[in-house]
Amino acid sequence: MDAQDKIKTQIEDNDVMLYMKGSAMFPQCGFSGRAVEILKACGADFETVDVLSNPDIREGIKQFSNWPTIPQLYIKGEFIGGSDIMLELYQNGELQDKINALKAG
Amino acid sequence: MVTPEDIKGWIEQGIDDCTVEIEGDGQHFYATVISPAFSGKNRVQQHQLVYQVLGDRMKEQIHALSMQTMSPEEHAARAG
Repeated sequence: MDAQDKIKTQIEDNDVMLYMKGSAMFPQCGFSGRAVEILKACGADFETVDVLSNPDIREGIKQFSNWPTIPQLYIKGEFIGGSDIMLELYQNGELQDKINALKAG
Repeated sequence: MVTPEDIKGWIEQGIDDCTVEIEGDGQHFYATVISPAFSGKNRVQQHQLVYQVLGDRMKEQIHALSMQTMSPEEHAARAG
């Protein structure tokens, strides 16, 4: 399976999918760490892919989303954004609404 | 080393009528960009426009860039 197909499967199989550097337990970059903290604060059940240990995904996700930086968040297969957008959506409550909607559904 | 002024210049060249403020230390940069080019675009599309303008510099020269983008209308609503 090539990287694009892998990514498609990952975002279809996981409602909240975070592409990051490192793991949720041990983020390897400040922006990825912030993304994890935000999802935790929203009470989200989320999966992560460590792009540092998956170089094909690291390049593939940039192409897939047309977005050159990591982390990247997908909810229900929709690209939400990077850590700046996550922070904004967290602060204005929209991210919490999306997470709540998943739980209600 | 990349300076905040470099990044400001690159963004200003690539996006019409934009106002750019940048802070940074050569490693991490924080940009605020306001432009009518962002009107009618969602936040993802706005950031994509800035990334597109910076192109390969995002891979090679700029290690970390935080940004806030908004159209003049969004800026006015925020200030008001």
